[in-house]
Amino acid sequence: MSGAAAVFTGMGVAAPNGLGADHWWAATCGGTSGIGRLTRFDPSGYPSKLAGQVPGFVAGDHLPSRLLPQTDRMTRMALAAADWALADAGIDPAALPAFDMGVVTASSSGGFEFGQEELRKLWSQGASHVSAYQSFAWFYAVNSGQISIRNGMKGPAGVVVSDQAGGLDALAQARRLIRRGTALIVAGAVDASLCPWGWVAQQTSGRLSTSEEPQGAYLPFDAGACGYVPGEGGALLIMESAQAARRRGARVYGELAGYGATMDPAPGLGRPPALRRAAQVALDDAGVTAGEVDAVFADAAASADLDEVEAEAIGALFGPHGVPVTAPKTMTGRLYSGAAPLDVAGALLAIRDQLIPPTVHTRARPAYRLDLVARQPRPAAVRTVLVLARGHGGFNSAAVIRAAGQEDAARP
Amino acid sequence: MAAEVFTLADLTRIVLEAAGGGESVDWGDEKVLDTEFEALGYESLALLETGGRIEREYGISLDDEALSDMPTPRALIETVNAHLSAAARTV
Repeated sequence: MSGAAAVFTGMGVAAPNGLGADHWWAATCGGTSGIGRLTRFDPSGYPSKLAGQVPGFVAGDHLPSRLLPQTDRMTRMALAAADWALADAGIDPAALPAFDMGVVTASSSGGFEFGQEELRKLWSQGASHVSAYQSFAWFYAVNSGQISIRNGMKGPAGVVVSDQAGGLDALAQARRLIRRGTALIVAGAVDASLCPWGWVAQQTSGRLSTSEEPQGAYLPFDAGACGYVPGEGGALLIMESAQAARRRGARVYGELAGYGATMDPAPGLGRPPALRRAAQVALDDAGVTAGEVDAVFADAAASADLDEVEAEAIGALFGPHGVPVTAPKTMTGRLYSGAAPLDVAGALLAIRDQLIPPTVHTRARPAYRLDLVARQPRPAAVRTVLVLARGHGGFNSAAVIRAAGQEDAARP
Repeated sequence: MAAEVFTLADLTRIVLEAAGGGESVDWGDEKVLDTEFEALGYESLALLETGGRIEREYGISLDDEALSDMPTPRALIETVNAHLSAAARTV
């Protein structure tokens, strides 16, 4: 362990079951799902018809008109969420040195809806009709770029692309940058590609649910697991060095105490999947034992093979029924890069409220021997949370989130 | 054939569609004509996008490099009108 501890001091959320952290957290603890039939386009010709769509986001209410012609929906939501996170942290970026602030986001699709519209113009009307802003609006890195420009943040910036695992990888990269001396990083992810082009791309994984029943379509760990429902949204978090946060008297939600990332072996090699090792690395990095973990936010793939891998990893680390496990993403669908930052926001609020949010609609298979927090939120002493995230193609990431006030306890 | 005339009102409509406007610019004030695009907050991509829309609507072809260096709205309006006059002469 080296360098400064990285703490979370602000959050901004755009989720299918709530816009803004307060609305989303109330819905999450109340078991309110945001999954329903796609309305952004007609899904009747596609195998999958359900999604988690962020309700009521009107970009013009949150952003200046200059930004609208040059931004995809995911960027607009990311900019708004970053604004909310900064406000939540009590940060006025204009009052801070520009080079002390950076941005790290994750992305799995880039600006698909924007890109689809411009490619449609390209082939139907010709190159001269393509927006000049296509030059960057669909890039993976565009959310980091736009957040840094809007807020005058000239410190290190970047993007990581590793599907759902990327949401944790971005927070880990932010911690690295803080350890190297940047005082504040806006970190996290918002993904959105609920447009026909994005939808077709998502179908290719073969892991999407084709159920049309919102309460039965996404059932991780259930005997009826039949794939996942995709969603849009995510969270941006303000991460600071513990020292900087303390100096300005900031409210601290918690610390990114540990992180681990692994790749699964190539199919057919006969070696075991690497999720468990990612979690063990994260626990070791945080200097905590499995017994000190109060809750696990699961990746919750909802395919029998992947659920089994995750249940085995949790069982191996914690023992049968050894730790409360939850998957609030059953209320949002899987948000790709946005999922894990949202889970981290949930972990931080679980620590604040001493309440583990529930998993809805699903009943864990007894064979998995999981203590699933189902239907109702569970009051509990929550100080340390493990968040798991897997990305398509073998990415495994794990993060340990710990209550504030212990940042220096584990430093050697 | 008389040349079509490109006015500040035309430019205003197209810029707002192409790159937005908002609080910092008053396109209704003629002072805007001689204010530099950079001071108005329109960077080179905004000018390229604006130019592309003018080209499509008026059937003319502007030089991309000249566009991104265009100093003021007045300069852009004069350039467009010069193209329109030239086009009218060749009809």
